[in-house]
Amino acid sequence: MKSIFKPMLSVVAASMMLASCGPDLGSADGANNSVMANDAASKTYVAPGDHDEFYAFISGGFSGQLAVYGLPSGRLFRVIPVFSQDPEKGYGYNEETKPMLNTSHGFVPWGDSHHPDISQSKGELDGRWVFINENNTPRVARISLETFETEEILEIPNSAGNHSSTFVTENTEYIVAGTRFAVPAPQKDMPIADYKGNFKGSLSFIKIDPNEGTMNIAFQIRMPGFNFDLAHPGRGKSHGWFFFSSYNTEESNTLLEVNASQNDKDYITAVNWQKIEEYIAKGVGTMEPAKYAHNTWNDDTHIATSVMEDEVLIINPEDVPGAIYFLPTPKSPHGCDVDPTGEYIIGNGKLAAALTVHSFTKMVKAIEDKAFDGDAYGIPILQFEAINYGTLEQPGLGPLHTEFDTRGNAYTTFFISSEVVKWNVKDLKVIDRQPVFYSVGHLMIPGGNSAKPFDKYLVAMNKITKDRYLPTGPEVCQSAQLFDITGEKMELLLDFPTIGEPHYAAGCPAELLASKSQKIFKLEENKHPYVVKNEAETKVVREGNEVHIYMSMIRSHFSPDNIEGVKVGDKVFFHVTNLEQDYDVPHGISMIGANTSELLIMPGRTETFVWNPKQEGVWPFYCTDFCSALHQEMQGYVRVSAANSDIQISYTLDDEVPGTEEDL
Amino acid sequence: MLIAIALLTSCGGSENNNEAASTSESPSTHEGTDQKKPTENKGQSSVEDGVSDANALQVAKSIDDFSTLVAAIEAAGLEDAVVNAGPLTVFAPLNSAFAKLPEGTVEELVKPENKEKLGFILANHVAPANYPIKQLKKEAKKGRKLYMASGKYLAVENKDGEIYVGGMKIIKTVKVSNGWIHVLDDLLLPAED
Repeated sequence: MKSIFKPMLSVVAASMMLASCGPDLGSADGANNSVMANDAASKTYVAPGDHDEFYAFISGGFSGQLAVYGLPSGRLFRVIPVFSQDPEKGYGYNEETKPMLNTSHGFVPWGDSHHPDISQSKGELDGRWVFINENNTPRVARISLETFETEEILEIPNSAGNHSSTFVTENTEYIVAGTRFAVPAPQKDMPIADYKGNFKGSLSFIKIDPNEGTMNIAFQIRMPGFNFDLAHPGRGKSHGWFFFSSYNTEESNTLLEVNASQNDKDYITAVNWQKIEEYIAKGVGTMEPAKYAHNTWNDDTHIATSVMEDEVLIINPEDVPGAIYFLPTPKSPHGCDVDPTGEYIIGNGKLAAALTVHSFTKMVKAIEDKAFDGDAYGIPILQFEAINYGTLEQPGLGPLHTEFDTRGNAYTTFFISSEVVKWNVKDLKVIDRQPVFYSVGHLMIPGGNSAKPFDKYLVAMNKITKDRYLPTGPEVCQSAQLFDITGEKMELLLDFPTIGEPHYAAGCPAELLASKSQKIFKLEENKHPYVVKNEAETKVVREGNEVHIYMSMIRSHFSPDNIEGVKVGDKVFFHVTNLEQDYDVPHGISMIGANTSELLIMPGRTETFVWNPKQEGVWPFYCTDFCSALHQEMQGYVRVSAANSDIQISYTLDDEVPGTEEDL
Repeated sequence: MLIAIALLTSCGGSENNNEAASTSESPSTHEGTDQKKPTENKGQSSVEDGVSDANALQVAKSIDDFSTLVAAIEAAGLEDAVVNAGPLTVFAPLNSAFAKLPEGTVEELVKPENKEKLGFILANHVAPANYPIKQLKKEAKKGRKLYMASGKYLAVENKDGEIYVGGMKIIKTVKVSNGWIHVLDDLLLPAED
């Protein structure tokens, strides 16, 4: 009886606590933590109408998207669709954006987004683009920070599990894409058991056009079949180098949780990309056939195009002596982070009892001195003692990622012990540790991936929340936790839920972006092939069994809004232009029975959806966005006749054919 | 936006009430212009984005001949309603139209205690709808009346190609981002019923 009674009591007690804790928290005579809570509340309170101080771009993980939050409020402003269809915005559903999700495997409606990073100039955030990678079907994307829309997606060939990505160099020369799952490169039919020595791990260097931001694979280094996990560019003195962590240097192809943990040390791979550029200029490298999609958005035509690329430049490590080295690092390093000065390279061995700090200066000297400890597949392994600056002993359990402030401190997350630890890099001393709730993965300080972090806030991103929010069935949200890091001790300010799983994030001061945020698209600059610039140009055209509706929308009607002569079996294209030239006046459109999403069309833009009418009848369409006071009146009808009907196409607005009104 | 309509129509609805201070305050309180606490809690009329086409209020403000109308809109606290997504068709009286009123009328109307009455008069100049001149010609032909934000209906007539609304002639038309401005040289004073 007791054993039954106890849990019941505790449930009652818990619900009483819940019921009573609301009023208590705000009361003046509350417990100590209410004073703390009030202080934290004032630090995160952004008054109605006031703006947040920072943008935070937090990866949507298995949602495939990128979410935009404000800091310190934690308010969600927008979800930018990147690698997954988004019915709210029609992304990946309308005809214009479908090519963005094309790959060498065909149309892939979903992705697993991971590591956003904001473009830089001279080591500082410049706020032009944010890049993000996709793990499952290896891709990288570029998002405009003027339109907050995905402008380009590039697939990575000879890769699988694009985890070690994106990570911008200090002048946005490159982002990278390292292969987490080694594969036959190029792909071929072979026994899995022959992995060792035969599978490869590609490290792709993606060149960013300095003006347009367009991405192209400059070269792929064909590395041994290790699992490349994360990466970080050098900066300042180490600019020109890139560092990639790896695990499974055992090259196991099964039960990696055991078999990839055998070696005492795995490697951080140091790549001198400037040296490789010199080699390439001299003709080193082999152009190999490859097949990968390159999808680009055009803001003049408002249409994306997908081009299938057919070759890639392969660099074999033996062809570029002096450009690639292995830095032995204990126990399957996950995060691989370089401090703002470019001197310290932190390896977070996720199974290690200590954090490893390598010195770039010592690394350069070790290379000069040829302080090697043999080689792996011909790549020199530097002596651990020759490159190691020191270790932070017993910092916590399960270190994953490190970010930095401008005061010489590092902040490292520990998954198993659920904490963020602040430590001094030079002194290798722990300064503070704060619990997180629970099992933290990445953390982000705005500008933390640059030479100039804005070290006021730290966002810890948690994998598990259990009891932190109101329960929502078996699936509960992941979360972000905001810390004030201006003092000696970190102070927890706020807990807020995230979409999908928040792998990494990028942040920047709001002032870097807010003033250049695009408001509308100029109608006169719209070069969409089916654009209409005014209602007189709207029309319906039959071409065989295709019907093209050139439609306009403006407060508060469609033109035309009565259409007849469509037949069962037709393929009906709604090409719809929003004629508005007014900020924040989008219109939507949806059609009963259309096997796709709505369109949500911004002022001055044209979008298209396809409808295959299957039944005779008269079918309405309507505006899906509450655009105006007469939004509910914004609707129309399409009459669908039998396939063998001889009813001709006709279309009207207020009983007249648009553009041919009689002179009244 | 529904609220905005309610706000517009409520001006008309309370026409016969003696203005209680609290009700006459409500529109502007709702829009936040009277609130002092949160710093930037202004209404939509404070938004300047630099690229959108000009809205009805911005156009009216840019033309000297509308200075009395603009002053009246401000006195009635209707700035935010006039920039609303609408769509709105504004029949905008020129300064010369106001000048035709008996001396002292405008000065009297813009007094705070007459805010509601002024609001009702102004609402009688706005149709919550999209009426370009072509559409007005159609309305005239079909004998359809315009429903005004005051709750009143106005007749549309086409006399030899000139369009008259509520008996007053439209002398010019301007497209604005949230609808239309049709310029009048007379006021559309609602009949007292």
